[in-house]
Amino acid sequence: MSTADNPIAVLVELRDGAVARPTLEALTLARSLGTPVAVWLGTEPDADAVAQLGEFGAAEVRVAAIGAEARYPAKAGAAIAAATEDASLLLVVSTFLNKEIVTRLAVTTGAGVVVDAAGVEFVDGEVEAFQTVFAATWNVRTRIAGKAIVGVRPNTTTASAAEAPGAASIVPISVQLPATRETVTAVEPVAQIEGVPLAEAPVVVSGGRGTGGDYALVTELAELLGGAVGASRDATDEGWISHEHMVGQTGTTVTPALYVACGISGAVHHRGGMQASGTIVAINMDPDAPIFEICDFGVVGSLFDVLPQAIEAVKAHRGA
Amino acid sequence: MRILVTVKFTPDLQSQRSFTDGTVTRTADDGSMNELDENAVEAALQLVEAAGEGEVYALTVGGADAVAAVRKALQLGANHAIHVNDDAVAGSDVFGTAAVLAAAIRKVHDENPLDLVITGMAALDGLTSMLPTALAAELDWSQLTLASSLEVGDGNATIVRHLPDAHETVTAPLPAVVSVTDELNKPRYPNFKLIMAARKAEVMQWSLADLGVDAASVGAGASRTTVVDASPRPPRAHQQIVTDTGNGGNALAAFLIEKGLA
Ligand SMILES: Cc1cc2nc3c(=O)[nH]c(=O)nc-3n(C[C@H](O)[C@H](O)[C@H](O)COP(=O)(O)OP(=O)(O)OC[C@H]3O[C@@H](n4cnc5c(N)ncnc54)[C@H](O)[C@@H]3O)c2cc1C
Repeated sequence: MSTADNPIAVLVELRDGAVARPTLEALTLARSLGTPVAVWLGTEPDADAVAQLGEFGAAEVRVAAIGAEARYPAKAGAAIAAATEDASLLLVVSTFLNKEIVTRLAVTTGAGVVVDAAGVEFVDGEVEAFQTVFAATWNVRTRIAGKAIVGVRPNTTTASAAEAPGAASIVPISVQLPATRETVTAVEPVAQIEGVPLAEAPVVVSGGRGTGGDYALVTELAELLGGAVGASRDATDEGWISHEHMVGQTGTTVTPALYVACGISGAVHHRGGMQASGTIVAINMDPDAPIFEICDFGVVGSLFDVLPQAIEAVKAHRGA
Repeated sequence: MRILVTVKFTPDLQSQRSFTDGTVTRTADDGSMNELDENAVEAALQLVEAAGEGEVYALTVGGADAVAAVRKALQLGANHAIHVNDDAVAGSDVFGTAAVLAAAIRKVHDENPLDLVITGMAALDGLTSMLPTALAAELDWSQLTLASSLEVGDGNATIVRHLPDAHETVTAPLPAVVSVTDELNKPRYPNFKLIMAARKAEVMQWSLADLGVDAASVGAGASRTTVVDASPRPPRAHQQIVTDTGNGGNALAAFLIEKGLA
């Protein structure tokens, strides 16, 4: 199948038919490990997407044109298995669906899996992945014996184009898809949050119960800083903001360069989804709120006083 | 309706945790059942209650302290508790754990068939949400994962799952492995009578030999992954907390600007 030397397979993540940014991050990471080969599932890629994969170093784009069958973890797993026989390492973006897909894949290939990783490298010819676990209170390094699959979190590598672009030659992959017992009977698309997706945003400004349901200031700061709006579970449960904005262990895990928590107490479930962020800022009226234990900069005060002043000061600085 | 719920002992998330020899060290008094498994137990109880007949089994795999997880399930209303306790299981990866769980599930199923296995969507102690998929693959049963709604009837189970790009409705014949999210239901509180009964209830203790599982096929030796290093993350250095007395917003802006973040 391959002419690539030490191929590192990267499963392409699509958003509205285009390559999602975490895939470009994974390709960048793959370049530091070997020769990236992109694995594409679904409908045939368009020329722009292929060109972009090449720009980020993909030597090949292996296409398993299995259409909507890619929604079935066992089928997607089988397609990836067919496309990555020669690769000692597969990188995927760590999403809930990909975790299911790689589990199915690993059951058939015997590969070892680490998900939610922040990075990966070869040590003495073996794959080692690093993660933060237990609500980001521990750093862990895990060695994978033999064939390896690593799920990488968005925002853990800075995506950069390759100095020498890859050829991005299309390699069609034929695969016999396994039968599954499950049938997907309806797929109702979810309206995507405008702007940068939460999981990939370089800045996240989140509001919790302390906002009282008023997200105007939180949204204004997020827009000013080029970030996305997040929320706590209490806020989404109240119906103040949609579930897609929820940050935490049962919501989206985020690792932006800057996380601003406004009126969020910092429950362990929330912290687990944001504690690995670069810089953490908290605004809370309660000086004993647990969020202050994990922040770099905290303001004890009302977000309704602090945010407008901060927004004005940032604007003034930029105008200057 | 016969349902088995897998439950996991997890350390209290607020308590200190540590690693020794690459595995998590826990003490018996600082943990109980993984919170998300409460949603799984609740789902099972509701289905049995709605059917007007049936039984709920709670199953856990782990060391001596893991029995706390099945006791918690009994307190909530599960009818039977099984604890697979065998030193050889220690250090298993997700595939080893799934193999042991599957063997115990088959033992129950072969005596009297089960309709469903229900699990939580993930363990909140920082591990992965791969287990339900691995278990469905190991059992070769239907896989219905991340259910935020669940209906069972006519020999099928149907779930809705919320993925970032779409809400999917998925249906499959029983028996099925279903993993549930915390959106599915609100777990009940244990009542006094059940708490008292759970104390005395018998917990079936099974070993790998009881399950016909070769000890060499599971545990640390068979694990495809090995933790080679684990260290607590240092607390954030140079933490600054200011109290807003009229200038908090300016101080915040100055911090962001200094850090090159604004
Ligand atoms: C199984 C399970 C899973 C969960 N998963 C998640 C998850 O993924 N994500 C998540 O977020 N939660 C999750 N939770 C819920 C979590 O435990 C907390 O209940 C939730 O995070 C609290 O949200 P909050 O901080 O907005 O509200 P609260 O805890 O009520 O905190 C509100 C804070 O706002 C402050 N405040 C009030 N007014 C102001 C003001 N004017 N200015 C500044 N500060 C103000 C208060 O001092 C307080 O600290 C989960 C719970 C369970 C049981």
